[in-house]
Amino acid sequence: MQGIEKSFPGVKALDKVDLDVFSCEVVALIGENGAGKSTLMNILGGVLQPDAGTIKINGETTIIHNVSEAIKLGIGFIHQDLNVLDNLTIAGNVFLGREPLRFGPLKLIDNRRLRTRTEPYLKRLGLDLSPDTPLSELSIAHQQMVEIAKALSLNARILIMDEPTSSLTLTETRRLFEVIRQLRNDGVSVIYISHRLAEVKECADRVVGLRDGVNAGALSRDRITHDNMVHLMIGRQLEDFYISPATHAEPGCFRVKNLTTAAYPDCQIDFEAARGEILGFAGLVGAGRSEMARAIFGVDQPITGSIHLAGKELQIRSAKDAIENGIYLMPEDRRKSGLIVEMTVRENITLPNLASFSFAGLIKHNQEKKAASAQCKKLNIKTPSSETVAENLSGGNQQKVVLAKWLALTPKVIIFDEPTRGIDVGAKSEIYHLMRNLADSGVVVIIISSDMEEILGVSDRIAVMHEGKITGQLQRNKFNEETIMRLAVGHAVERQSQ
Amino acid sequence: MKKEFGILIMLVVLCVVVSIVNPNFLSATNLQNNARLIGMFGIFGIGAGVVIMTGGIDLSVGSLFALLGILLTFMLAKWHWPWPLAIAVTLLASALLGLCHGLLVTKVKIQPFLVTLCGLLFYRGLARYIANDQSQGFGYCRGFETLQKLTTGKFFGVPMPFIFLLIIAFIMWVVLHRSVYGRYLLAAGRNEEATLFSGINTTKVITSAYVICTFLAGISAILFAFYTNSIAPSSHGNFYELYGIAAAVLGGCSLRGGQGSVIGILIGTTLILVLRNLVNLLGIPSSLDFAMLGTVILIGVIVDQILQRQKGKARHAV
Repeated sequence: MQGIEKSFPGVKALDKVDLDVFSCEVVALIGENGAGKSTLMNILGGVLQPDAGTIKINGETTIIHNVSEAIKLGIGFIHQDLNVLDNLTIAGNVFLGREPLRFGPLKLIDNRRLRTRTEPYLKRLGLDLSPDTPLSELSIAHQQMVEIAKALSLNARILIMDEPTSSLTLTETRRLFEVIRQLRNDGVSVIYISHRLAEVKECADRVVGLRDGVNAGALSRDRITHDNMVHLMIGRQLEDFYISPATHAEPGCFRVKNLTTAAYPDCQIDFEAARGEILGFAGLVGAGRSEMARAIFGVDQPITGSIHLAGKELQIRSAKDAIENGIYLMPEDRRKSGLIVEMTVRENITLPNLASFSFAGLIKHNQEKKAASAQCKKLNIKTPSSETVAENLSGGNQQKVVLAKWLALTPKVIIFDEPTRGIDVGAKSEIYHLMRNLADSGVVVIIISSDMEEILGVSDRIAVMHEGKITGQLQRNKFNEETIMRLAVGHAVERQSQ
Repeated sequence: MKKEFGILIMLVVLCVVVSIVNPNFLSATNLQNNARLIGMFGIFGIGAGVVIMTGGIDLSVGSLFALLGILLTFMLAKWHWPWPLAIAVTLLASALLGLCHGLLVTKVKIQPFLVTLCGLLFYRGLARYIANDQSQGFGYCRGFETLQKLTTGKFFGVPMPFIFLLIIAFIMWVVLHRSVYGRYLLAAGRNEEATLFSGINTTKVITSAYVICTFLAGISAILFAFYTNSIAPSSHGNFYELYGIAAAVLGGCSLRGGQGSVIGILIGTTLILVLRNLVNLLGIPSSLDFAMLGTVILIGVIVDQILQRQKGKARHAV
C-alpha cells in the first residue's frame, strides 16, 4: 500500500501512509486509538475507499471496491467482534453463501459434502471438533478459529487480525500464535493489530507504527522491545508507564468470606484486601473473577458468603446497596454496563448521584452541570464539553467517565474489571496512576485483568483464580509470570511440575 | 428539539393547506371538535410514549377503554354509586392493571408486546362478557350531571378534555424532562444494564411506566365514555392504542427506547387528528382514513431514519 490518504469530514484519518507486507511474514500494526490502524485495514479489506494512493498485490496495482473483491484477491479480515452466526454449525459458517448444493434447481444444501469439505480446514488449524458443532457451543477462541478456517477456505493469502486476543485466555492466545506461525510458514502474510505489546513482541516479525494518521516508523525483528514500541506509538518515552508500589497498607479492611457464585456453586472465595494496596486478580478468562466482582457489587446474588468492610458485615442485595456502602464496580464491558453511550458525559457522570443534585425530585440543572464539568477537569477527560455524547469519546476517555461516576461519590472499595481493554497506551498509564492515587487516599483498589503485563505492573499483591477458586496469593517480591500461569491453570499442573 | 421541529413544520403545512382548501377547518365548531379529540387522544398518547421510552409497548389501551367504560356505566347508571367514588375506582383499577403489566414485564420477564397483547384480548373479552355484548350508556346522567359537565363541557369555550390534556402534559413534561425519575426512565430505556449498574432500581422505574400508561389511559377512558355516551363493548376504542403509539413515534419516541418528549407526542397527536379531520373536510372517502394515516406515519419514520443515518455518518467520521 503506497501513499494511502483518507479523510472524513473534519479529520484527516490517513496521510500518505505506506505499508509493505511480504509473504511469509507477520507484521504487527501498532498505534494509539485513532492513529488510523483500523481505517488503513478497512481500506485493504475493501470496507472503505481511499481518497488517494495505490494498493499493489504481487506487483499489480489493484483497486478494491468492496469486501467481496477483497476476498477474491485473497484478503481475509478477522474483526475484533467476530462475524459468526452462532445459530449455525461450524461447517455452515465456514461455507456461508457457498454451500455445496444438490438437486439442481431445488438448491438444497448438501450437508454431507459441506461436512467433508470443512474437515480439512479444521484439521489444518489443529481443531479437534466436529463440523456439525453449533457455534453457540464454542468458546470465543474456537469461534475465532472458525473465522480463520473460513478465510483459509477462501484461499486467503493476506490475513488481517484486529485485536484477536482481546477476549482470549493465555493458553488460547498461545494456541493462536502457533496457528499464526504455522500459517506464516505456509506462505500466508498476517497483519496483526494489537495493543498488547508483550504479544506483539512474541509473534511479530516486523512492527509498523502509525501515529495520528502518518507512518511513525518500523522495527525489525531484533529491535522489537517494549520501549521501542511505546516510543513508536506515542513519539516519546513514557516515564513510569506502570506505577510505584504501595507505601503503606492497612490490612484486613475489606474482607470477603466464603463467597459462592452461581457460576461455580462448589467453590468458595475468601480474601482480604488492605486499604492502600492494589490487589490484582489474575487468571484465565472464565476463572470466575468477573462473577465474583458482580456478586460483591450486588448485581448477581451470591449463593452464600458475607462481605465485611472495616469490621462490619454488609448486607448487599443490589447494586444500590453496594453503592450506598461505598463499593463500586468498573464493569468489564464498559459500553454495555458501564456507560449509557447515547447519553451525554454529564448525564452519565451524575447518574448514580443524581439525588444529590435535586430538590423535591427535580434536577437542579446548573449544579449538575458544574459538578460534571469539575469531574471532567479533575480526571483530565478529553471531551469538547460535558454535553458531548459519550459515544463520541475515545475508549480511554469513556473509561474515565465511568470512573468519574464513582469518584464523585465517596468510594471505599473500587473493583476495576479489565479496566484497560482496548484502550491506548497513554490512557492506560493515566488510569494506572489514578488507581495508585485512589489507593494512596485510602480506597481499597481491586483490579481484575487477563493482561499478564498489566497485572504484574500494577498490583501490590496478586490473587490467582482458577475455576472459581483462589489457587494462590503472591506478594510483589514473589511476582513472576511462570508462577502465576501455573496457579492460573490449577493445582494439578503445579503438582506435576514439582 | 430538532426532531420535534421537523414534524411541527409538517403539521403547520398541513393546517395551512387544509384551511385554504376548506376554510371550515378554522371554524369555531371544527376547532373545538378537534381540540376535544386531541385532548382525549393526547392524554393516553403521553402514556403510550412513556412506556415506549422504556423500550416497551402497551397494546391493551383500546380494550381497556371498553372495559373501563362498561364498568363506569355500571357503577354510575346501574348501581348509582356517587360519581367521585366511581371515578376513583376506575382510575385505581386502571393503575392496578398497569402494575400487573409492569410486573409481568420486569419480574416474570415476558416481552411487553406479549403481555399487553394478552391484555388487549382479555379486556375486550371481559368487557363483552360483563355487558352481555350489549351497548351500555349513561342515560340522562341523573345524579352525576356534574361529572358529565366536567368531562364534556367547555371552559371559556375550550373543551374540557383539552384542558385536562394541558394540565397532564405540563405535569408529565416536568416529570419526564426535569425530574430525577424522568432521567432514570430514559436511562433505563437506553441501557437497562448500565442503569442498574449505577445503582438504580430499574424494575421499579420500568414497572412505574406501565402504571403511568394505564392510569392516563384510565383518564382518557372516562372522557371517551362520556364523549360517546354509549359504549358498544365489541367496538369501543378499537385500534385506539395504535393511535397512541403512532402519535408517540411520530413525535420522536424511538421504539428502541430511551428517546422521546412530551411536546413531540402532543404534536404527533395533533397531526394525526388533523389528518383525520382532513379526510372529512376534503370529502375523501372515510374508508381511506387508515390508509392515509399509515402513509403519513411511514413517511415520517422514513424521513427520521434518513436524518438519523446522516447524523450517524457525521459521528463516525469524528
